[in-house]
Amino acid sequence: MTLLGDRQQLSYIASQAADARVNLELETEGMTLNIGPQHPATHGTLRIIARLDGEQVVWVDPSCGYMHRGYEKLTEVRTYPQVTALVNRIDWLGSFANEVPFILAAEKLMGIEAPLRAQHIRTILFELSRIANVSLFLGDLGVQLGAITPVFMAFRDREYVLNLIEGATGGRFHPNFDRIGGLKDDLPAGWIDETRTVMKKLRRFCDEIEDLLFGNEIFQSRTRGIGVIPRDIALQYGMSGANLRASGVDWDLRRDQSLPMAWDKVDWKVWTHPDGDSFARCWVRLQEVRESTRIVEQLVDTIPAGPVMTKVPRIIKVPEGEAWVCTENPLGEMGYYVVSQGDLGPFRVKIRSASFNNMSITPWLLKGVYVPDIVTILASLYFILGDIDR
Amino acid sequence: MANPPNEEEFQLSLTTDTPAATDVVRDGILARVQAALGDKIVESLLKPGDDIWVRVRTESWRETAVILRDLGFSYFDFLSAIDWLPSPFGRGEDDPTEPAPVRDNTIRHGYTGGDTRIQMLARVVDPTTSMGINLKADVPDDNAHIESWTTVYAGANWHEREAWEMFGITFDGHPDLRHIYLPTDFEGFPLRKDFPLLARIVKPWPGIVDVEPMPGGDQDEPAQDGDAQ
Repeated sequence: MTLLGDRQQLSYIASQAADARVNLELETEGMTLNIGPQHPATHGTLRIIARLDGEQVVWVDPSCGYMHRGYEKLTEVRTYPQVTALVNRIDWLGSFANEVPFILAAEKLMGIEAPLRAQHIRTILFELSRIANVSLFLGDLGVQLGAITPVFMAFRDREYVLNLIEGATGGRFHPNFDRIGGLKDDLPAGWIDETRTVMKKLRRFCDEIEDLLFGNEIFQSRTRGIGVIPRDIALQYGMSGANLRASGVDWDLRRDQSLPMAWDKVDWKVWTHPDGDSFARCWVRLQEVRESTRIVEQLVDTIPAGPVMTKVPRIIKVPEGEAWVCTENPLGEMGYYVVSQGDLGPFRVKIRSASFNNMSITPWLLKGVYVPDIVTILASLYFILGDIDR
Repeated sequence: MANPPNEEEFQLSLTTDTPAATDVVRDGILARVQAALGDKIVESLLKPGDDIWVRVRTESWRETAVILRDLGFSYFDFLSAIDWLPSPFGRGEDDPTEPAPVRDNTIRHGYTGGDTRIQMLARVVDPTTSMGINLKADVPDDNAHIESWTTVYAGANWHEREAWEMFGITFDGHPDLRHIYLPTDFEGFPLRKDFPLLARIVKPWPGIVDVEPMPGGDQDEPAQDGDAQ
């Protein structure tokens, strides 16, 4: 940000701060606390400007854009197959899950569908990226509260999942494996047995985290009843994923809509929590990892035989039309509104990312909380900067 | 689409390529929405098994949101805009040393049509059925402004700030219309089609045809459009 920009920002803060003088008894002036852009609690570069009255927050302004890469503009000069390389970088912890809704939107416009085997493998990789993403959240959660051990366990066990993703796709973080009409490749030999073993390890990791963190009295007192989001507010702000389910809304796009994926072929459960506080959000995510391991275990047993790629033209031209496809990504609802004018590349892509909506509640949510709770609430909302800034 | 190989051996997909001709659920939703909105609707479109599009009058933009929210569409999904002007820079692949090629700049609107260059695009969802509606509205060409949704859906706040800085649409009644991603002194509206993507303008682009051979795809397939390069 330039000097001028900073000055404007500061004058804006000053004007807000004038309203923020709330402590009438002591007649003390508030203070401005600047968190970030470089701060461990921000998962990237998010800057949070908080106006404090003593220990309480009276006004907060999350300032995003430090990592804005303009993907919506860049898609307009890319071909359809090239776009997956961009959208991989939106939520970088669960990259494969970002590719799927875009590919599904393109396939919907073209009127084709991936073969059943590809649909199954897509779903498996989708759930593996969810496990890799959310297991890191569970470890990171402890760090935000001053507990160091869980994060080492999380990195240790996430490595198994990343190895699986690397084994199947060749990329640990950015697989870029999904293609219009199917997948780039089939699964390597021995991958399925390895997956079964890893899923057992991940479930044990969940048990460990539950004992170590969720049963911990300090953790509970720091998260229970903190940062409560009521159901109606959550819906108004368009919150999604575990944040919405923790507010008691029974909503999971994997179950509620019919996509050409394999979630409807296995037995799993959508967990909700009535409380809507930080603890509920963390608890729902923990259960989701467990459900994901179950989904993967059932799917690897039932992968149908057949090709992984349907027949598509070498040069992909998508017919004119508009399509909206969203999926339940690790962070919440991720959707692409693709407008095609019959060209090699999209005319316009609106990327609806989960964290942008999930974070837009923070000015409301952080009002009145105590300073140490800012960090726990942000951690429990679970955002990834690439997913806010796009 | 050509027939996939080995069709007799493997089941390729559970559904057929042709969508269902009727969609009872979405028919019902659209009828309800049409009854509630009345003459605020300019045009509506239902694609069976896919989605619903509704274009409303510009002056009814906020009222539409109020009615739909009370109708049960209480989940705010996203709000953005579309600039329908074909990009004067094409796909950013022109040789800067050559004179700029002549391009057809007639505006072709998408579903439910349109009269102006920039259109609003928003989506609201009914959380009980998880069925949504894509809403569109024209934004006046000469003075791009439209009513704000912030008092209807609190979550529209950040989305409108983004649409304001990216498309230059002013939202009447927005409490806090300032930059969200870009620096405060940024000039121009990046997602408008006439905003150049400079990296693609200053250097000739090696070419758009960048095709990776597909596994299972036949390399000897007859050439499609654009394959001649």
